Amino acid sequence: MPTKRFTCSLNNLEQICDYVTHYAVQAGLNDSEVYAVQLAVDEASTNIIEHGYGQECPSRIDITCDVQDDGLKVVIYDDAEPFNPESVPEPEVNVPLEDIKPRGLGMFLMRQMMDEVNYESNKAMGNTLTMVKHRTKRKVSK
Amino acid sequence: MDIQTTDFKRCTVLKTNGRIDGSNAPQLSQELKAIIANGVKNIVFDMTDVNFMASAGWWVLIDTQKTCKPGGELVLANIDQGIKDSLNLVGMGSYFKTFEDVTAAVGYF
Repeated sequence: MPTKRFTCSLNNLEQICDYVTHYAVQAGLNDSEVYAVQLAVDEASTNIIEHGYGQECPSRIDITCDVQDDGLKVVIYDDAEPFNPESVPEPEVNVPLEDIKPRGLGMFLMRQMMDEVNYESNKAMGNTLTMVKHRTKRKVSK
Repeated sequence: MDIQTTDFKRCTVLKTNGRIDGSNAPQLSQELKAIIANGVKNIVFDMTDVNFMASAGWWVLIDTQKTCKPGGELVLANIDQGIKDSLNLVGMGSYFKTFEDVTAAVGYF
């Protein structure tokens, strides 16, 4: 399984996106599924940089892409402060424009865009975010 | 990030290309604020060449819409399907009128 290390900088978001896109396409995901992976990984990486590490720094964001029989598994490792995903409030959606508040959208998007999202944290391994996107079953023309 | 603006009689069109994420959303925000500071509150965002927008970009558009309304409006032209789908998924699509092309968006004002 290929793993690539990125430093903690918002300027690396495009490279991170290109990296996961390569494997999303290899996994046979369609355009909409590829976009979902791009968005979920971008939101996750942005959260790590802005909220986890709290700043741009030389720390690592390691990303593993695992092309599976039915889709793509992306695992993101970092050494930022652990956090409890349950503590992130659900964003208020479908509210009037004047009431909408910029919070919690990244985590919400990850859950909406991906089929599986799992977060683990321990002192030895740091934080591990695992996300899976399944390929839509398509008719095979004969 | 390359941003161009074109002034029309009743609105200003802002156009950029590529991806909008946490690294360049502040620049987009600055450009939109500069348009509004010039007294223009009718804005068309030409998204023909924008192929990715993270939530950092959406918040810029939401903030701009809040500033423009009432009295003006930010509308989106030629929005990519992936971006549109994700906006609608979180209920943000309803905050913006969208148009199939820039000519129709300019004509709206």
